[in-house]
Amino acid sequence: MSQLSFESVREGDQLPELKLPPITRLQLALYCGGSGDHNPIHVDTDFARRAGMKDVFAHGMLSMAFMGRLVTSVTPQSRVKSLSVRFVAITWVADEITVTGRVANVDRKERTLTLELACVNQKGETTLAGQAVLSFS
Amino acid sequence: MIDTRHIGHKFTPFESIVEAGRVRLFCQAIGETAAIHFDARAARTAGYPNILAPLTFPAAIAMDNPSPRCVIDLLGIDIAWILHSEERYDYLGPICVGDRITTGIEIINIYAKKNGALQFVVTALEMHNALGQPVCKVRRSFAVRRPSGLAA
Repeated sequence: MSQLSFESVREGDQLPELKLPPITRLQLALYCGGSGDHNPIHVDTDFARRAGMKDVFAHGMLSMAFMGRLVTSVTPQSRVKSLSVRFVAITWVADEITVTGRVANVDRKERTLTLELACVNQKGETTLAGQAVLSFS
Repeated sequence: MIDTRHIGHKFTPFESIVEAGRVRLFCQAIGETAAIHFDARAARTAGYPNILAPLTFPAAIAMDNPSPRCVIDLLGIDIAWILHSEERYDYLGPICVGDRITTGIEIINIYAKKNGALQFVVTALEMHNALGQPVCKVRRSFAVRRPSGLAA
């Protein structure tokens, strides 16, 4: 994937999309292990139903990790100064997430870029809204 | 309602070591395949001292807490009713395999919306490496769908 160049980047530039395969129960189990977040609502359907949910759903942080992957696919991680997200809607098991990004701001003086990021499901609904700030100084 | 007197509460900081196997499993779970997260030589070639933890790995470090549910336990919240609302990372230095990270947690806000039907808890985490250098500041907010003390 081509890397963002501060010299040629423009506000409004779109990043290439990151299309994820459908979320599986196995992936949620792996994320439980990798992250240490063992909240049963993400892997135990019985528990999720008792909590009023139709099924298990993905850790919000799994989708934030997808966003992080999009960012580091276009720039070295050492340039990333911050990553922030709002969790807007639940990502259910079997949902298909696409991460999108665009250059929202270019600060030529400070040599920083602000990226606007989103996770969108197969129905076109935004599940996460995020922002990353990159430094090129 | 959640007792707002806990605003300002600081938990005893805890230490954890960033392990290669944990980073590998985390990457497997999120579908990350870049060599700098698996191979020390690739990471060093890219200018990092060792295998680099991915951007959201501080979430895993936060779960190394010997009492990972310390916040909701203190506030008397049932884990079944929480939803993650916001998360922010400010990166101050790389986090690599072998690093010994000390994490401090503080409750910085508790507030209600929709006449108390939804309550929010905001925490701040500060992570330092073994040299005492700050590596990451985390701010997280979660919503409580049915705060304890309210009728079901």
